[in-house]
Amino acid sequence: MNVHEAKINTMSDPDIILSVRDLRKQYSATVAVDSVTFDVRRNEIVGLLGPNGAGKTTTINMILGVLEPSAGEIEIEGIALAKQRSRALARTNFAAVYAPLPGNMTVYQNLRFFGLIYDVAELNARIETLLDQFELRRFRDTKCGVLSSGEQTRVSLAKALLNTPQLLLLDEPTASLDPATAQDIRRSIRDIVTHGSGGILWTSHNMYEVQDVCDRVLFLSHGRILLEGNPKTLPGEHGVASLEELFISLAREPLAYAENGR
Amino acid sequence: MNPRRIYAIFLRQFYLLRSSPTRVVPLFAWVAIDIVLWGFIARYLNTVSSPGHDFVPSLLGAVLLWDFFTRVMQGVTIAFFEDVWSRNFLNVFATPLSISEYVTGLVLTSIVTSLIGLVVMLILATTVFGLSFFVYGVLLIPFVAVLFLFGIALGIFASALVLRLGPASEWLVWPIPALLSPFAAVFYPLSVLPHWMQWIGYVLPPSYVFEGMRAVVAGNAFSSSALLLGLALALIQIVLAYLCFSRVYRSAVRSGLLARYSAESVG
Repeated sequence: MNVHEAKINTMSDPDIILSVRDLRKQYSATVAVDSVTFDVRRNEIVGLLGPNGAGKTTTINMILGVLEPSAGEIEIEGIALAKQRSRALARTNFAAVYAPLPGNMTVYQNLRFFGLIYDVAELNARIETLLDQFELRRFRDTKCGVLSSGEQTRVSLAKALLNTPQLLLLDEPTASLDPATAQDIRRSIRDIVTHGSGGILWTSHNMYEVQDVCDRVLFLSHGRILLEGNPKTLPGEHGVASLEELFISLAREPLAYAENGR
Repeated sequence: MNPRRIYAIFLRQFYLLRSSPTRVVPLFAWVAIDIVLWGFIARYLNTVSSPGHDFVPSLLGAVLLWDFFTRVMQGVTIAFFEDVWSRNFLNVFATPLSISEYVTGLVLTSIVTSLIGLVVMLILATTVFGLSFFVYGVLLIPFVAVLFLFGIALGIFASALVLRLGPASEWLVWPIPALLSPFAAVFYPLSVLPHWMQWIGYVLPPSYVFEGMRAVVAGNAFSSSALLLGLALALIQIVLAYLCFSRVYRSAVRSGLLARYSAESVG
């Protein structure tokens, strides 16, 4: 499918939440992301996997509108990010370990601030719901800077769900959580996708988590998507026992997969 | 522009001010010290100068208006620095918030914080040193308006500078008012400056305010067209400063600086 055909499909398919077409980011002679094309559909969690420096965060930053692509197109619910940034980002939200909320404001103040920016209707009620959902009620008036990293992660996730986003970008959302809390959070996010109408792009280095939560995975290496498929069947298709083995093999020998194509 | 988003930018600053005396005290402490210092200097000069000449309206009035302008500028820059200090750019700019809403929120914050400083200065200057603003008459309104607009313009420009050059460059921003004051005719007429300095003074809106203020105090003819020119210059400079901020922002998005701001440069 060429880019033109893909564009037509996106425009005619209301099930596609995120459409990324031929995305490229180049810094001088370095190509960080090259010809990346993928979709995220409604009620779908897509895992974006790859070794450090593969281009995952660069891709997410471009989808969030804080990094301009050198080429390519991004549409969120059919709205072109480059042309209608505000409308597209109103349907989006994110949580990332490298973007903690301001530590000098309380949990409530942060949620209120971002809730107003996302123009959330009935904001107070929404904040109260999220405080309960992420077990943050007792930290309501605590400054985020004094919370543990796991508690801060839960606040970031609560902020990410404030506007009930159609597209949720989660960059290693459970990295700072203990296994029990991480499992609860995964279930909670899985429920949101199952019962809601949005989709999620999820990055993680925890392959067991990816296998548990993602419907589909994209393997990124050196800025290119090398593999795509169901995380439960993909290892078998490539003659390895687990997703972790596949990840290690791909990280060490990306050229072998690049030659085979997607 | 969405008023809730503009309010959010202001509300964030309000939350920070409410919980932090170290943010509240500078709103009025330094300007109050300036008023006390220059108030006594004006009183002393009154005792050693020719009888009947009052330095309070010209000298203390000039200090008050100049400090007001400084507070307006810093009202914008400090609100911007809060996002720099808390590394909040990614959270703030990966949202539907537009640059115009963000900048308007910074300006709204500055209006409130600079008014606090202005009220404290007015109370001190009038009650302790007998400065009467009736001396300036209704011209006080355009004087304050021009200085306010120029403070906003410079605040937006200084924020653009820090966005472009990185967090450490905030130290370039603090001395800007002191750097401009010799050219802005705060305490002396432009005519005493060398020609090259006068030309810089002509593009600075405050110089029209202070020239006008001295003319009014001395009972001399006052050129309202000059003040209008100062007003027009300040408005043009706000537009230019906003365009500069937008351009720097777009460049930071293109280069990747916004996403990796703590690195200070991505070259």
